This record gives sequence, structure tokens and C-alpha cells, in this order.
Amino acid sequence: MILKQRSILPGFGLAMGFTLVYLSLLVLIPLSGLVLKATTLGFDRFWDTITAPRAIAAYQVTFTTSLIAATINAVFGLLVAWVLVRYTFPGKRLVDGLVDLPFALPTAVAGITLTFLYSSNGWIGRYLDQVGIKSAFSPLGIVIALTFIGLPFVVRTVQPVLEDLDVETEEAAMSLGATRWQTFSRVIFPTLLPAILTGFALAFARALGEYGSVVFIAGNMPMQTEIVPLLIVTKLEQFDYAGAAALAVVMLVVSFVMLLVINLLQRWSEAKQ
Amino acid sequence: MRGLLRSHLARSLSMLVLVGVIGACAQPTGSSPGSGQAAKPAVNILNVSYDPTRELYQDFNKAFAQYWKQKESQDVTVRQSHGGSGAQARAVIDGLEADVVTLALGYDVDALNIQGKLVPDDWEKRLQSNSAPYTSTIVFLVRKGNPKNIKDWDDLVKPGVAVITPNPKTSGGARWNYLAAWGYALRKNGGDEAKAKEFVTQLFKNVPVLDSGARGSTTTFVERGQGDVLLSWENEAFLAINDLGPDKFELVVPSISILAEPSVAVVDKVVDKRGTRTVAEAYLQYLYTEEGQRIAAKHYYRPRIETVAAEYKDRFPQIALFTLAEVFGDWRQTQKTHFDDGGTFDQIYQPDR
Repeated sequence: MILKQRSILPGFGLAMGFTLVYLSLLVLIPLSGLVLKATTLGFDRFWDTITAPRAIAAYQVTFTTSLIAATINAVFGLLVAWVLVRYTFPGKRLVDGLVDLPFALPTAVAGITLTFLYSSNGWIGRYLDQVGIKSAFSPLGIVIALTFIGLPFVVRTVQPVLEDLDVETEEAAMSLGATRWQTFSRVIFPTLLPAILTGFALAFARALGEYGSVVFIAGNMPMQTEIVPLLIVTKLEQFDYAGAAALAVVMLVVSFVMLLVINLLQRWSEAKQ
Repeated sequence: MRGLLRSHLARSLSMLVLVGVIGACAQPTGSSPGSGQAAKPAVNILNVSYDPTRELYQDFNKAFAQYWKQKESQDVTVRQSHGGSGAQARAVIDGLEADVVTLALGYDVDALNIQGKLVPDDWEKRLQSNSAPYTSTIVFLVRKGNPKNIKDWDDLVKPGVAVITPNPKTSGGARWNYLAAWGYALRKNGGDEAKAKEFVTQLFKNVPVLDSGARGSTTTFVERGQGDVLLSWENEAFLAINDLGPDKFELVVPSISILAEPSVAVVDKVVDKRGTRTVAEAYLQYLYTEEGQRIAAKHYYRPRIETVAAEYKDRFPQIALFTLAEVFGDWRQTQKTHFDDGGTFDQIYQPDR
């Protein structure tokens, strides 16, 4: 009742009801089906499945590469957004459009293209190879693929905030005697931080579930470059639906907790301002 | 979603095939079936197969449609669907309505029996030669000039040799690779399973990339330039040499390999529901005729019939072959021992070495 009074527009009940049904059909029911399937294993087998050495190695690979890729995207996504908002240069529209390409490209195509470029006889890979860096078919390859697919998130979340940021605030800071670094670190950055965190969380979540592009570039070696989604598909190939669901549940829970933490961090950084 | 996509794919493929069939029928044949006799309604069946058979079945379906038109004066369209053998089997279990399956190995047809009772227990005995109308084997593909001098299985475990093979857990072809290596080591060591396991472990330590399917591995080896030797289906190896460059790759035939028997079966549950049993059975039987065998041989699958095999003798290298039954028993047992979770393949990658 209280909620209802807040809005001047009618239709809260209808909208709320629709939202609940919509989310149930699309998200909640499939997810509970997943959990239900996993419970058919019984606790012992569930535990054995999710703590198998190969599974643990796969969690490590997936989470570390996703974290690294999201971090890279947070740093360089900020830079790209900055350039796109603060400078005018010929072809700016084009560059702006390029940012969204990783969204549009089928991930398998991205994976094959990146593998082509970064394998030891590829255009880029051959030079990396000469200095002793193995890019494709190594964890680095996974990071490259995940960075590619996560690129738009930080750029697109930071861009609007940066556009709203008044140049006058910066000028005020400067005229009050702040150095350039102080202006950035104490005026601009705190304003952008919530947006950066959102972009980071999105990129990270996207990377955790990515399968299509990674399987081409990873090399898929058990214990080394095998990601959890691949392990899940492998289980499906063996008709082990329950085992696959068990691993998926672990991914879900861990991702949920991590996203929650990032959300709290974001709240905290917003409140601090 | 997957099923939808697949059936969409199958539909567009079938359109292609249909166009081919119409083209073939449009030719004046002279022996048109009796025009007084009422034509039977057209029928279509779906053949769910694995990756490398695409070209084989394109040819075969045309030939079968012609044959069936002449024999039964009925138009038949065979739609094709291709993908990794295990994934294809799963699609059928999950409801893809395949009238016939033509998969890479018996275990994938067994899965249709175990998971959904789509085929009876004795499916393998219903057709001649264990329901495998054509066979293949596992050979080595090396780079031109064979720089690492790879001649036989023993050369694959030498330090510094990089071997490309797909993951046996996801690829049918890779299971044959694995079993071929295991069988070789068993023979060499007088049946010592521990020695065989050691050999295969050594071999997989030389594998830098594990793709999920046979085509993926071929790409990794051929296009990405990874590895010194590719373990491959014989027909894939020929295809790679013919299509991608006879000046770049060479075929190496090991001293001994496995007789790979890709299995075919009518999916009883589907044909009974759709009323297509007669045509589906005839379709598979046609694979065993001289015409069917010739088409298989043309696509580098080894024919079963002696006369056709003699015709195409020069096409296939001489090689000593052992069968799955001789060395490993049946597929269910083999799958359990080697490829299920905790099997010998998993043990290779156990960390505590």
C-alpha cells in the first residue's frame, strides 16, 4: 500500500504482477529446475562432483581469467570512455560503434578469429612467440578472449556518467588549488567509481559464463586451461545431466555471491560521496 | 532452442537436398514408372549423423532417392543433420526426430538405448557386420617431408613431438584414437594393461591442445600450424590432404591400428510414430548394396563388400587392423573403463603424479 502511493502513475499492481511472472518464466523456473536436477545426485555424489580436482582446477581457471579480464576492461574501458567523451576527432562515431561489435559478433566467430591471430603462426601470435609468450592455447589466450567479449560493458556504463560530469567541477577544483592528479583522484574518479564497478561486474559475469569463444583459443587442457562451462558440456556429452547441473549450481552460487559483494561495494562508494 | 536451431538447419539442408533431387528427377530417364499407377505420397526422413559424413550422405541421399523412386515410385527426401557424434545422440534423446542415426561409434547408439529406449537392446545385430556398413581407421597426418620422422605409434611418445587429437570425452573420433593407441601398446607389451596405460599417458603428455571435436583438431593442426602429427580418421586425413594441400601434408600409416566401425540404426520409436519404418530400413539396407558401398568408398570410407573393396583397393593403404571386440569387448564396458568419469583417461590428468 505504501509502495503504491509513492508513484503518481497507476498500474503498479499489474506491472508488478507481470514482472514477477516474466522473471519466473525466464529466470526463476529454469534456475530452480537446475537446482532440482542437481539434488538428484544426493549429497555425497554432489560433493564429490563439485570438489573433484579437475573441477577445482577449472574453477580456478575460470574465476582468475574472468577477474583479470574484467580488471583489464575496467582500466582500459575507462580510458576508451574518456577518449570518446572528452575529445573530438575524425572518425569518432566509427570508433564509438566499434565498441559494441563484441556484442554483435557470434562468440564462436570471435574465438576462431582470435585464435587465428594469436596462434604461434598467426599475425600477432608469431611475434609474441618470438619473445617467448605463448598466447593462444594458454590461460593468456582465455584472458584475451574474455577481454574481447567484455569490452563494451565498462565503456557503455561509464560513458553516460562521464558525459553528465560537469567540466566546471573540475575547473572549480583546479581553481581551488588542486593538482591535476588530485582533481582526477578526488573529484572525477569517485563520481565514476559506481559506474566502473557496475561495468566491471557485468563484464565479470559475462566472462564467467562464456563458452563459445574460449573453447577455440584455450587449448582445453584438463587442469590447465579447462574452463568450467567446458567441463559442464563434457558432462552433458556423457549424459551426466545431474553432474553438469551440480557444477552449474556451484558457478551460480559463487557468481551470485561475488556480484552481491560488488553491488555492496558500489553502494558503499556511492554513499561515501 | 537447440532443437529448434537444429531442425531449422535440417530444414534448410533438406531444401538443398530437395533441389538436388528435383534436379536429378527432372532429367529424362526414359524408364519412368508406370503412369497409370497412382504415385505414393512423398515421404521424408531425417538422418542424424556426425561431422565428417556430410559429403558422403549428400551423394548417398541422391542415389537412394533415385533408387526408391524407381522401386516404389515414391518421392523420398532425406534430410541430414551433422555435428559431434555425442551431441547428435543427445539431440535425438532430447527429442530430435531422427528416423535413422548414422553415428561415429556404437556407444552413441547404445546411449539411445540406455537413455530413452529409442532403439532395442539388440540394435547392433539387426544389420550385417555389426550394423556398421562401412569402416574406417585411425592414421597419422604429418607435415610435408615428415620433419620429426614419425613412422609408428612409438614415435608419438618421444619427447619434443607434439600430438594433436581431440578430447575422447567429447569426440567419437578421439575415442577411436585413444583405443588405437591403447591396443597398439597392449600388443607390444604382451597384453600388459599397466604398460598400455603408461604408453597412452605418455602420448597425452605430448598433446598441447585438446579440441572438443575431430574437425576442430584438424583445423588446429592444419590452419593454426599446431603440433607435429594429427591423429585422424582416415577419411578426414584424405580430405585434409586433397582439399587443403597435398604439398603440405603427408599420410603416415602406422604398423597397426583399430578398425573403426561407425554404427547405423533405425530409431524405432521415431519411425513407428511417423510410419516411416519401411523407407528408413530400406535406406540403411541400401548402404550395404554395391552402389551404396561405392559411394562410401568414393568418400574414403572402407567398404565391407569384397567386390567393391577390390575395386577400390588402391585407394586405401594396407594396414593391420584389430577390432574393438577383439581387444576391448563391447562399447558399454569400454566406455566405463576408459572414458567415464574416473576412467583411465581421467586418471591421465590426475594431478598427483
